[in-house]
Formats: sequence, C-alpha cells, structure tokens
Amino acid sequence: MDSTAFDLPGIDLSWCPGCGDFKILDSIKKALAELGLGPLDVVMVSGIGQAAKTPHYMKAHFFNGLHGRALSNATAIKAANPALEVIAVGGDGDMYGEGGNHFTHTIRRNPGITNLVFNNMVYGLTKGQASPTSPRGFRTSVQVDGVHAQPFNPLAAALVQGATFVARAFAGNGDQTKEIIKRAVRHKGYALVDIFQPCVSFNSVNTYKWFMDNTYTLEGHEEEDFGKAMELALLQEGPFPLGVLYRKEGVPLFEETLAAYRKDDRPLFRREAPRKAVKELLASLAG
Amino acid sequence: MLFSSLKDSRDVCCVLCGAAGLGIQTVEDMLAGIIVDEGFSVFGSREYMSRVRGGNNSTELRIASEPVDALIDRIDILVALSRKVRRNILERISSDTVIFGDREELKGELEDLGASFVDIPLSSMAKEAGGRIYSNSIAAGVLLGVLGLGTKGAEDFYMKRFAGKDGVVASNIGAVTRGYELGLAMAGEGGVLKGRPRNPKGRKAIINGSDAVSLGAMAAGCNFVTAYPMSPATGVLSFFAKHAEKAGAVVEQVEDELAAMNMAVGAAYAGARPLVTTSGGGFALMAEGLSLAGVMEAPVVVHLAQRPGPATGMATRTEQADLDLALYSGHGEFPRALYAPGTMESAFRLTQEAFEIALKYQTPAIVLTDQYFMNAFYNLDADGLEWLDEPPSVRETEEDYRRYEDTPDGCSPFGVPGWGKGIVGADSHEHDEVGHVYEDFDLRTRMQDKRMRKFAGMEERALPPVLVGPESFSNLVICWGSTFPIVREALECLGRDDTALLAFEQVWPLAPSAGDLLRKASFTAVVEGNSTGQFAGLLRKTFGVAADRTVLKYNGLQFSVEEVADRLGEILPGKGGGR
Repeated sequence: MDSTAFDLPGIDLSWCPGCGDFKILDSIKKALAELGLGPLDVVMVSGIGQAAKTPHYMKAHFFNGLHGRALSNATAIKAANPALEVIAVGGDGDMYGEGGNHFTHTIRRNPGITNLVFNNMVYGLTKGQASPTSPRGFRTSVQVDGVHAQPFNPLAAALVQGATFVARAFAGNGDQTKEIIKRAVRHKGYALVDIFQPCVSFNSVNTYKWFMDNTYTLEGHEEEDFGKAMELALLQEGPFPLGVLYRKEGVPLFEETLAAYRKDDRPLFRREAPRKAVKELLASLAG
Repeated sequence: MLFSSLKDSRDVCCVLCGAAGLGIQTVEDMLAGIIVDEGFSVFGSREYMSRVRGGNNSTELRIASEPVDALIDRIDILVALSRKVRRNILERISSDTVIFGDREELKGELEDLGASFVDIPLSSMAKEAGGRIYSNSIAAGVLLGVLGLGTKGAEDFYMKRFAGKDGVVASNIGAVTRGYELGLAMAGEGGVLKGRPRNPKGRKAIINGSDAVSLGAMAAGCNFVTAYPMSPATGVLSFFAKHAEKAGAVVEQVEDELAAMNMAVGAAYAGARPLVTTSGGGFALMAEGLSLAGVMEAPVVVHLAQRPGPATGMATRTEQADLDLALYSGHGEFPRALYAPGTMESAFRLTQEAFEIALKYQTPAIVLTDQYFMNAFYNLDADGLEWLDEPPSVRETEEDYRRYEDTPDGCSPFGVPGWGKGIVGADSHEHDEVGHVYEDFDLRTRMQDKRMRKFAGMEERALPPVLVGPESFSNLVICWGSTFPIVREALECLGRDDTALLAFEQVWPLAPSAGDLLRKASFTAVVEGNSTGQFAGLLRKTFGVAADRTVLKYNGLQFSVEEVADRLGEILPGKGGGR
C-alpha cells in the first residue's frame, strides 16, 4: 500500500507552518501503508486540540469526539468491532489533562488500540497556556509567574499502570517515528507513543533544536526490563531516550476477555436481538 | 378479634421491617414467590436507608386475588424484626393493624400505638432453630401461617438457595415450621386468605422495574452497557453483567460517567446498540457526551433512575425531579425522546421503543424511572408482554458514502466503519455531510435544520398518554412515570364519574393529541414527585394549558394510594357521584 492512499485531497490544514504535526501525520500515513493497512481498515479517533484535528487531515474512518474522551471512544469502537485498527490521537492537554482519568483506566483495561500523543508541552488551540507536561517555570499569559506544578510524566505513569507498550518518539525524526508507530500498531494491547513535537507558535523553549540537543536514540536496550524502562522514564532532565522503552507480550486484551465474544465472534453490529435469551430469562422469573 | 378487618378488604398488606442485614430481602423474595405459586397476586415495594448494616428498612407486600400494582399506606400485618422502627412506618399503623414482634427485642416499642401487638419470641425461637440468624425465617413462617400458604414453598426455596448446605436448609425449614404453627394458630384454619379466589395459571413472572428495563433493552438488541455504579440504577448494570454472554453484550463498569457515555457514543458509531444506566448525579456528568450523541447523530439510550437531589440528595430514596434535567441536559439544540414507564409491562415495551426511536432517528433517547419503580415488583403474564420489531441490520456503505447525507426527514442512511466500501466519519464540530469539520454559516444552518427535522417525525410517532376513566370527564388528573398505578387506584377509590386520569408514559416529545384532552377539561391537576411541578410546567409550555392545581411530593418517599386519594379529594371540584 502506498502512503498516498491515506491522502485526503482538498483539505484546508489549520496547523501553523513548520508545526511538528505535519511530520507526525506523514509518519502515521507511511507507517500504516507499510503495515499493509488501507483507509477502510483504520479508525482514527481523537478529542480536541491541534493534534486532535489529525483524523480530518487523512483518508480513513474517523471519529473526532470531545476533549479528553478519545480513549473512551476508541476502547468502545474496538470492543464493538475488534477487527478494526483503532488509533487514538491527541495532544498532551487532551490525553493527559482533560482525559487523565481515561488515560489511567484505559491502560488498566489494555484494549488493543494505539495511543499517539503529540506532546508539545503547551496548549496550542487555546493559544499558549501551560499543559500538564510544561516544564516548571514555563511562563505563559496565564502562568504569569511560571508553572509551579510538577510536570506530568506520561511514560512513568503508563508503566506504573501496567501499560504493555511504552515508547517515545520525536516528530523531527520522521523515519524513526514511523518505525515506532508501526511497532505500536502491531503490538497486541494498549500501546502508548508519546511523541515530542515542537510548537513553533507558543513554545519557544522546547524547539526543534532543543529536542535534538536533548534526545538520543535507545540502543541495545532490553525492552522487557521493567526496572530499566522505569529508570529511563523517570529521567527528570535530558537527554531523553527515543524508542521503545518497554514492551510486554501476552497480557489479555480487554476485548478478548469480554463475555460478549465467548461464544460469538461477530462484531456487535452484525448481531440480532437476543430474543431467545430474553424469553428464557422471563421464564426463569416465572419460577 | 385479630384480622377481622381483612374480611372485606380487597387485599392483605404485610410490612416487614428491621435493620439492614437481617435478611428481610430474602423473606420478601421467598414470600413473593410462594404467594404467586399459590395462585395469588403480589405487589412489593421496598424502602431502605443508605447503609449496609443497621438502620431500619421495610418492605411492603400486598396480596390479593386480582392484580395489585400500587403502593398503599394501610398496614394489616406488621412484622418488626428490630427496634427503632421509623416514623414513616409508625404513622401507617392503625387500630386494625396486627403487629408481630419480639417483646424482649423491641423493649416495649410498638405496644402503645393502639394496634394489636402479638409477642413472638423470635430470638429464643431462632436460637432453638439453630441461631439468631434464623429469626427472619421464623418471621417468614409466622406470615406464611397467618396467610395459610403452607410450608412446602419455603422448603423448596431453601433447598434451592442453600443447595449443598443441608444443615442450613434444615435449620431454615425448622425455623419456618415453628413460625408457621404459631401463625396458623392465630389466624385460624386455612389462614386469612381462606376462601379467596386463586388463579393458579396466569401471571407467574415476578418482575421489578430493574428487570423490566433490562429485559426491554435486551429484547431491543442492546449489546453494549457501560456504567458507573450509582443507586438506584445499578440493577440494570448487574442484570446485563450477569447475562452478558447470553445476551452477547459488552458490559463494562467504567471509571466515571464521562467514560460511560463516551464509550456508548463510540460503540454506537461502530454499530453497537448501547445503553448507559445512571442516576441524576451521574447523568449530570454525561451531559457533554449526550450533546455529542446529538451532533454525531449517535443512537444512544440512557436509563436515568431518579433519586432526590440536588447533588447527592437522598441516595436510596425516590423523586421525579430530573425531568427538566433529562429534557434540557446537553449544550446546543438536538432532538431527543423521553420515556417514563408507569408499569412493568410498559417499561419492557418503552425501553424497546427508546432503542427503536434512537436508532431510527439517530439521536439519544432516555428512559426515566426512579428508585421506587426500580425496586417495586409484581407478578404479570410474561406471554402478554409486547415485543417491537427486531432492529434492522446495518447496510453496507457505498464508496461515496456520506454519514450525514441531507435527507427530507433528516435521517441519513446509517453505516458503520468496517462494513462496505465507504469511509464513515463522525464529528463533534459542526460538519459537512461526510462528517468533516467545516466552518460555513450556510452549512451550519442546513445541518442544524437537518438534525432538528428529525424531531417532526419523532413528534408524529409520540405515544399518546393513557386515558383512564369516563370520556365525559370534566376534571382531569394528570401524572407521569411511576405514579401511574398509584393515581389510578386512588381515583378508583374516589369513584367519581366526572374525573379521568391522563397518564403520560412518553414525556417528550408530547403527543399533540394530548393538548385536545387538556383543553377539554374544566379542571386539571398534575400529580408529580417533585417540588416545582416540572411536568405541569412542560404541559403549559407545550400546550398553553396551565394546571389548576398541582399535587406534589418530595420528601423522598413515593406517593401512596391513600395520600393521592385524600389530596385529590380535597381539591377536585364538584361532587361527581363520589361514593
């Protein structure tokens, strides 16, 4: 499959020129094409934010819901039809802030979905306020004295909750990001890829240059070593590792454990109303 | 003489009360089953405090030859298992009431109320039977004896419930038998039901509100249930969890109500038939997701079991104060349908209707019940239940599929991702026909009109309210939801030939024909369980007819038949051939 299969002609992209999101979109399309997937196989699910516009900028099934709720939507879509390749995309504010509770509990549930978080450490859509991942001291029009809260650590949080695939990428490294996304999509279970993404309009601290100077590619890393992964995830200062920090195979998927599929593997939309079951239950209530 | 008041009574009303954890519910389950097996009809209603142990809860059982389906105040027989019986029970005791209780346990309580008090040494009898935990079985035995229903039913019940635990079964049966002999001796040979006609064949299914909503949903093909536990709506979640495999349904307890609703919308997009079940507080959290279902045109059904608010309110009590919430919840404007069943039969029927309308018009539908309705039960004929058509299968999409294609009735062809050649989109923004965000003022108007056009079809299909009583009425009493059987029986008690009942079971959209009935009446009174008359307000807004009077209740308990009859008796104009 050619990645142009995912191109959507005639769209009016609202990302700023130079935005890291363009590069990530390109990596997503290439990754999906190289996996042999087509637009009809994939559902792009998102909430609200600049990153959450991604589903409108490529050709595939799309569900652009509410701020923070993409993981709930995505889990349900996967549970309703496990044959679909479901990818939840969004920014740091969307996934880690507004959607923080769903982030935690989606990881616990372990649905077979991919979660791509475009992490630019700032709010783009609402024009430059701090995000959950903004560094301490980061000044904005709202955080006028600089951010005082400890930044949210998505990788460590995901690991603690038992995420079965935790990775970090940098939008500037298109090929590497594409490869990581491919592995995340192929992974059986919830896969988090936190993607460093420069915001050229509102984040003058974490720029392309900053990310290049403060990241390195993991080499010879034991991906199944939880302790080592946690050590890397807990790094407070750069350089930050890029690659798959942690991977665990064989953990049952949410949709695999559902009673709904125990005796029937059809997706929910293909099922009739279980009238026989209702009649049996009514009979049981009659003693 | 004990029980003499029961001779001319249509039914026998027994109330059991005691602390949580004493096994009142087990007795209730058992007695209801035996009563129906013996060919009588039963109605049960439970009121309880928000605690796992202690306090004082009660359950009412009405027993009659003919069907009974409404809460009454009158207590013919009260069984008190523990002290500190609460005022809502004490107030219902009359000189005709027979109270069974353990004098030692009750320490003189209930003996100075002017009722007949019969000392039953429950504790010592239970100890003889094997331990204090059997006092509920002694009490059950006493009631079975007074009613004259035999002990065979109880034996079967215990053998089934405690299968494999022979000792427990034997002790329970021993306890029931001891109680039974006492009860029978007091009521005389054959018990107080002696001579009353029995109907051993029909109406064998004992169904509560929670079962009725769950079964209706399942019959409609509901196959996706997400919820966060909240009284009094959790029963529907447990029902589906228990029968998930049988129903082929995805059932998940989620982290919060936002997840519950957003999962439901996601599932609907993928072609599932989702239900969320919650109470007012949880529903308030779902508001944004409800609005999402509106703009995404997602067929989502909500079961909203009301309890008193605001905020946490009274967790285990009842109220009808979330009508406005259900009607106006969610920002922006989108069509919705609201159902409020009054009987178990209509809960089964209307929950199916909610799914059918949600799917046909691709918009949310809400089933409004309340704590009283969830826990109330009676026996009915399962063969007489009404089944709507099975949901249509989803059609494959074509390559040029547009999820929000503009059509004359506003309903676009429903396609799902992974079925056909088309791309299926859904968007929370205003969008074009494909579903992509696109800011254009003309498009906005066109799409808003498209969505709201569906409302016309829904209004046309709205179920008319049920009219009970003389068609030549001059007074019209109006109610909605769970109060229907109660107000119906209250009007039967008043026996007026100038007064009819208009019971609404679909509360939005309102059937236009209802307006004609309202305008025909020279006097209207709305009975509802809230403090501001929300439904009266909705009728006024919709039809321009203001109720002359409202009969409201909002103390946390359901109306009783007597209370409605008394309050209507005070306000209904004319004499109307009252008895």
